[in-house]
Order: sequence, then structure tokens, then C-alpha cells
Amino acid sequence: MSATLETPAKNYELRPKLSDDGETELLEVSMGPHHPSTHGVFRMDVVLDGERVVRLKPVFGYLHRNHEKIAEGTSYLSSMPYTDRLDYFCSLTNNWAYALAVEKLAGLQVPERAEYIRVITAELTRLQNHTCLIGFLMQDMGALGTPLMYAFREREKILDLFEALTGARMMCNYMRFGGCRVDLPPGWLAAAQRIVDEYPRFLDEFETLLSGNEIIIARSQGIGVLPRELAVNAGITGPVARAAGVDYDLRKVDKYGIYDRFSFRVPLGDHGDTYDRYMIRILEMRESLKILQQALKDIPAGPIIDPKAKLRGFRPKAGEAYGRIEAPKGELGFYLISDGGPNPFRYRVRPPSFINLTVLEDMCLGNTIADAVITLGSVDIVLGEVDR
Amino acid sequence: MLGEGIIKGMGETARNFLGSYVSKKRLTTLQYPEERAPQFPNARQFPFLVYDGEDPEQGLRCVSCQICEKECPPKCIYIVKSKDKRVDYKGQMQFYPATFNIDISVCMSCQICVEVCPFESIKMDTEFELSSTDRFAGLLVRKPQLAKSNDHYRKIHPHDAAESDAALAAEVAKVQAKAKADAEAKAKAAAAKVAPAAPPPEATLAK
Repeated sequence: MSATLETPAKNYELRPKLSDDGETELLEVSMGPHHPSTHGVFRMDVVLDGERVVRLKPVFGYLHRNHEKIAEGTSYLSSMPYTDRLDYFCSLTNNWAYALAVEKLAGLQVPERAEYIRVITAELTRLQNHTCLIGFLMQDMGALGTPLMYAFREREKILDLFEALTGARMMCNYMRFGGCRVDLPPGWLAAAQRIVDEYPRFLDEFETLLSGNEIIIARSQGIGVLPRELAVNAGITGPVARAAGVDYDLRKVDKYGIYDRFSFRVPLGDHGDTYDRYMIRILEMRESLKILQQALKDIPAGPIIDPKAKLRGFRPKAGEAYGRIEAPKGELGFYLISDGGPNPFRYRVRPPSFINLTVLEDMCLGNTIADAVITLGSVDIVLGEVDR
Repeated sequence: MLGEGIIKGMGETARNFLGSYVSKKRLTTLQYPEERAPQFPNARQFPFLVYDGEDPEQGLRCVSCQICEKECPPKCIYIVKSKDKRVDYKGQMQFYPATFNIDISVCMSCQICVEVCPFESIKMDTEFELSSTDRFAGLLVRKPQLAKSNDHYRKIHPHDAAESDAALAAEVAKVQAKAKADAEAKAKAAAAKVAPAAPPPEATLAK
């Protein structure tokens, strides 16, 4: 008999059923894609020894929308609203990263006022993203409602600002190549100033509620540790890397836009555990408020868009460019190759959520399954960006 | 002391809860259908076509150039250009859209069509209660429903409408100035004409 007729079951090796000491049976659990703690359609293939995680495989792609290929088929401008949908919490920073890449490609100059508007909107985006993230993290720990509702109450105020400026709350579609779409409406800066002035009070309230809470400390300290070396080797960026002690903030490293004009500090963590990742975000919000205070004070009058920028028939010369910014979740980059046509020849997104997710297994091994949920929550992923 | 952090946190929630009875600022929700949040002047929901004057069909500003159809990111606009031309607001002969449909279930309210339109003819509405019980025909908005008057536009976006009206007035003024200059030039040319007769066609043919 030929070998092809043999039943495949003979050669099919099942995964190890017993733990290393041979005493307990391993259990493979598929968490997701509809599990409420996975923040979207994301699946974790977890192998459990009792309650401990032995192996964890992140499975994603349920929200794949073919963003990069669609962008290669439409004009540069038409991709701008699609970038809103990458990380749908932070559409303005996504817009900025894409605009930055195209501006490098086409050699456009951004006017002073537009740069300030970009900094203000990006920092407000960071504020609301970090606030909500902490709310979601607490919900993962079992604090159903209260911290998340407080976070959403504050986020709503910032979203109102975005709506007054851009016309939409989340899908802002605001930045354009060489500037911004519309100028600030009258009274907007005063409203922003009011929110920025009131925000530290909310942060204090939030910290009283959470930072010293014994349950949170017990659940998060020493859980989901990311070693510093691993963070560097795996290319982790953003608050996750900074919580592990990696001093890497593109606002300081790259000084894109006008970030060299503001004085602010980059908070770093020591342990790289979940509590550090929580604390880093609180501290980053306080630094963001410092930047906002300076930017709101200094914003000049003037034009908001480069007069050379063309809306219709925009064709940058052939070449390539990589624009990257410090998005609330990490380094967000857009890599574009132009062949001189109206649409990009190659369009590639470097999504921070996706790359930060690659170390999830290393962070979860040895912890319990309930800790895996918190660790995932503290990495801060948005599935729109992971799957693109 | 163990439990101190929890007690402090409870104090914070108690302050928020009890505070909501005395302070309006802590009650941030609205009872939606009865109460409505004020709309912002920049708000955008769904595009509409602007028409001037009284007749939605005749006054439509759209000249069916199909730029919005091409630039629309999700490709939700469908235009069929007319066979004939008609006089537009500038007094020039232009095409008009025989069909103009927008699939509202595909539209993502991004405003790219408004930005690329060179004729100030498509703008964003602020109406957001757009649900329909018919998911096919009810969500395909056709030209008669899309056409809304310029007065409506002035009402929902007063600032933008003023800018758009000024831009159109400038266009009309430019056309009139050009027509006047053309007429003058023509009159001058007619006066100075010495009629250099073209060679008769027979001569070229005979060669």
C-alpha cells in the first residue's frame, strides 16, 4: 500500500496533554473573538495548566479591512478618512502621521499655526486615550462601571472640542497635507483652556480612586512583567516600552513638528509590570497637560495650510518617505512610495498596537488566566489598528 | 493601614454620587429623544445638493463633473451625466446630473466630496436621524431627496454659506467682466477689420 492512503490521524500529533511534571492535564481554551475582555474581535489561544498560562497564541485578523491595498488604489487624499479608522480612539494622531509622511514625500511646509493646532489636538487625543484606557483596564480587573464612567465623562468634554473643530467626534478627518482643514472656531481656544485647567483635578480624583487601592495593587504589581531587553529587542514602543524603562519617546527623539519648543519630561517605569503601565499613563497625561498649557499660550495667528498644497490632482514626485509620530499607543509610522502618480505605489502602516501585541505571550506565561486579561488590557490595543 | 486606599476611593465615589443631587455639573447625561445636545456649527452628517432659487431641479448647482464620484473614498456616489446642456447660474451652458444617488449605508460622512467640489454644489447636512425600515431603497438617497435649498444651507452653516455665496458672486462677477471685455474686444476688432480675404479653396485644390 502506498503511503498516501494512510490515515492522517496516525501521523497527527496532538498537543501535549500533560503538564511538565506529568501530574495535571493541560486544557486548551479559545478566549475570544467575542470575549468582552479582549477589546474587540481578538482571540487568544491559551493552553492552561490549572489556572496558569502555559502557552498563549494571539490570533487576529477578524477585523481586516484591506486598508493598505485600498489606499494604493485611491488618491492620497481619499486615504485620509480611512486612517481615522485605524485606531478609532485617536483619529487625529493617525491623521497627523499620514499627513507627515505625505508632507515629507511632497516637500510641503506646514504653517506655524497649523503646527500648534496639531500639537494641541494630538495631546488632547493622548489625554482622552489614556483616560479611557485606564477605565477599560479597571473594567478588566472587575471594577464594572465607576472608573470607566468617570473616564468617559471626561472624554466626552474632549470629544465635544473635537466636534466643534472638525465636525465629527471620533472620525475627525481633520488634517490635510501641508496644514489643517479648517481654522479654529471662535471661542475654541478658551474652551480648550478651560478643559486643560480642570483636568488635573480630575486626574487627582482618579488617582485617589485608583492608585492607592489595595485590590488594584494586589492584582497588578508584579503581573505581566516585560523585561527591558525584551522590550528593546521586540521593537516595543510607547507607554509599554517606557513602563519597562526604555527611554524612547519620539517627541524627544525625532522632535517632529514643533515638539522641540515645549518643555516636558518623559516618565519611565522600573518594573515593567501592569501597575507601572497604569502609572506611566497617569504621569504622561500630566506631562501632556504641561505641553497643552504651553501650546495654548503660544499659538500664533496666521494661515493654516501651505498655499502650495493642492486638493485636486495632487501628485507628489517619485520617491519614498517614512513619517512617524508618537501616537498614544506607540510609534505610528506610514511608509509611502510614490511613482509620481495620483495614488501611492506602496502604502504601509507601522501600527504600534500590532507590534506591542507580539510580546503578549512572554508577559503572560506563568501568570493566571485572569492576569492575562489584565495584561492584554494594559498593553492598550485597538483592533482596528492591529488588523487594519 | 490595609484598606485605606479602598476607603478613600469609596469616599470619592460617594462625593460624586451625592454631588450629583446638588450640582448640575456632575450630571452629564441627557435623556436623548426629549432632550437634545446643541449642535456645533461645524457638524457634518450626510451630504446634500444645493440649489438656488425655487425649483430644486432647475436650480441645482451640480454640473455633473463627477470629481466627487471619483474622489469619494468608499465610492458611494453614483452620477449619470445629462445628454443635453442647460444654462447655469453664470449664464453658461453646462451639463447637469440626470441621476445623482448616494448610498447612505456606505457613506462615511468624511466630507471629501464637499472639499473637492469646485462648484460649491455639494455640502454637509446636520440631520442625523436617518434610519429607515427599508434597508435597500430606503438607504439609497436619490436626487429629489438630496436637493436642498441654499436657504437651508445658510440656516445650518451660516458662516460657511456666507463664504460660499461670496465665492459664487465672485465667479459671476468674473464671468460678467470677461463677457464685457470680450464684447468690447469684439467691437474693436470689427471696427478695425480690413478683411484680408482667404485664398479661394479652388486654388489649393487645383495645385
